[in-house]
Amino acid sequence: MSRLANKFAELKASGRKALIPFVTAGDPYPEFTVPLLHEMVAAGADIIELGVPFSDPMADGPVIQRASERALEHHVGLRKVLSMAMEFRKTDQATPLVLMGYLNPIEIMGYEAFANAAQRAEVDGVLTVDLPPEEAEDCVGLLRDRGIDQIFLLAPNTNAERIQKMDAVGSGYLYYVSLKGVTGAGHLDTADVEEKLQLIRANTGLPVGVGFGVKDAETAKTIASTADGVVVGSALISKIEANLDDPQQARHEIIALLKSMRQAMDS
Amino acid sequence: MTDKHPLGHKYDMPDARGHFGPYGGIFVAETLMPAITELNEAYQRYLKDPEFIAELDADLRDYVGRPSPLYHAQRWSRELGGAQIYLKREDLNHTGAHKVNNTVGQALLAKRMGKTRIIAETGAGQHGVATATVAARLGLECVVYMGAVDVARQALNVYRMKLLGATVVPVESGSKTLKDALNEAMRDWVTNIDNTFYIIGTVAGPHPYPAMVRDFQAVIGREARQQCLDQAGKLPDALVACVGGGSNAIGLFYPFIDDASVKMIGVEAAGDGIETGRHSAPLSAGRPGVLHGNRTYLMADDDGEIIETHSISAGLDYPGVGPEHSWLKDTGRAEYVSITDEEALQGFHALTRMEGIIPALESSHALAYAIKLAQTMRKDQIIIVNLSGRGDKDMHTIMQREGISL
Repeated sequence: MSRLANKFAELKASGRKALIPFVTAGDPYPEFTVPLLHEMVAAGADIIELGVPFSDPMADGPVIQRASERALEHHVGLRKVLSMAMEFRKTDQATPLVLMGYLNPIEIMGYEAFANAAQRAEVDGVLTVDLPPEEAEDCVGLLRDRGIDQIFLLAPNTNAERIQKMDAVGSGYLYYVSLKGVTGAGHLDTADVEEKLQLIRANTGLPVGVGFGVKDAETAKTIASTADGVVVGSALISKIEANLDDPQQARHEIIALLKSMRQAMDS
Repeated sequence: MTDKHPLGHKYDMPDARGHFGPYGGIFVAETLMPAITELNEAYQRYLKDPEFIAELDADLRDYVGRPSPLYHAQRWSRELGGAQIYLKREDLNHTGAHKVNNTVGQALLAKRMGKTRIIAETGAGQHGVATATVAARLGLECVVYMGAVDVARQALNVYRMKLLGATVVPVESGSKTLKDALNEAMRDWVTNIDNTFYIIGTVAGPHPYPAMVRDFQAVIGREARQQCLDQAGKLPDALVACVGGGSNAIGLFYPFIDDASVKMIGVEAAGDGIETGRHSAPLSAGRPGVLHGNRTYLMADDDGEIIETHSISAGLDYPGVGPEHSWLKDTGRAEYVSITDEEALQGFHALTRMEGIIPALESSHALAYAIKLAQTMRKDQIIIVNLSGRGDKDMHTIMQREGISL
């Protein structure tokens, strides 16, 4: 069983939901990332989504765009992110790690070389924003052979037929992007999410994580009452951006927010 | 793929999912998929709808001013002493470039689809102006995204768009040029998908854009082919067009693809020179990757990050290229060369002084290559150069570059 499947089974058995933080690797500087990942796990994170910086993050709002730009100033690209994943794994054998980013870095590395490198780094899942299931066969096959899950995004306007398609091609979990728009935008309509989750569950048996618009403990709790996992990204990265002159302060605030979410989700 | 080789059988690319061999396709975030499906269905339906075609043809004739002339540049050809150069005068279209052929078509499609808001990206501002123009005519809200660097170097076009009622949004992210404008337009589209039609200005982006924009621009090549037969009694020997995203080039090339005797040459921007790394020539010096919804040749580093491009012409300053050009390059049906900023300026001055036509800096790249090519050909041979736009918008850039003030 993959680390992701294992984790969701374990959570289900204990009646808990997954808390899934997203941070961009190398933001605000390379050495910040791996210690932060460990601290997030200690604060109650179940799965880590680690963003691979990309020069043209088309689906991201300004907060994550700027995180990418800060990381790229330190030349943190896919190869460096893979080495961070490997470093993380040295002292944490349990927590699933998912790389999230855009397709071009993987294309340029080559699908097979990437799959091999991800396997060596003991990466558990790959989420490629601009790779829909129709184009994913080659990449998914290579990852699957190495026990790595390909995670797909679902949008509010995704219909039943497409959900089934992603259920067939994807594994690990599905990530429901609960807003039309880019990351970090607007407010979450939790009633809409509940309604949409019914449609999703009718068409897949995979666990469903919900993200885009999760800003505080209260929203996390509401989402956790229906979804299998809560993804929080822009709200964490905002803490880095607000404390660029004091990254340790950013770390404290990130950990405090995650702890409050964990507590709210478990209560 | 062999049965689809352009030289083997009648050319019929792309396939149903928008692939030109390994290139093209649909590589977008999930939120865009329903919108792209909706657009593709509308495009497939209306391109075969006689009423739509009749309305498009009437607009191209009465509003754009088509057909554009095919002009035999006799004095210039004589001076060069080689092949006869004919210019396809897209600069004479309404708004001053080929871009309007496509915006008229996509705007009619937007109207049919009931969309009330138009967005676009622009580099040199020609596509932005052409979009703002058709939006004004149809009374649609229009937002144009433009890199902050381009806003500064194409101020005249920014003002034109504003006069036409469009909102011009300067994009401050990344390299602040065309690619970043495209990113921002995509973000807008994802957010406002229900009422918004995204008019992409070139033959790039997710399927159906590369095929759809080509089909709207193919009027250039259809006219040029017939005009050449009428005027010279034979097909041309070579076609030359500049390639940024590649819409004017595909528009000229496409109707000639099955004419094996006609050479097709796309001219990329070599900027300061390919060897300096400061250029915009992915077909000449890039590698295949995925950006802006399609797989194509790109300028990317070893981590897959997109490299900043350079060209004196804002319209060619783009790190990717339409996927069909990648396919035409790999199959050998078209050839791709590059011209530096300096050479483009020579082409610009040559046409201005020899024929009394001031070309756009983008088109000047094609003209500069035609100078080289004509001199290697016989006097009874014919080159058609796509004069894709007029140069008024570039006066400021050229004055600055040549140290002239009024």
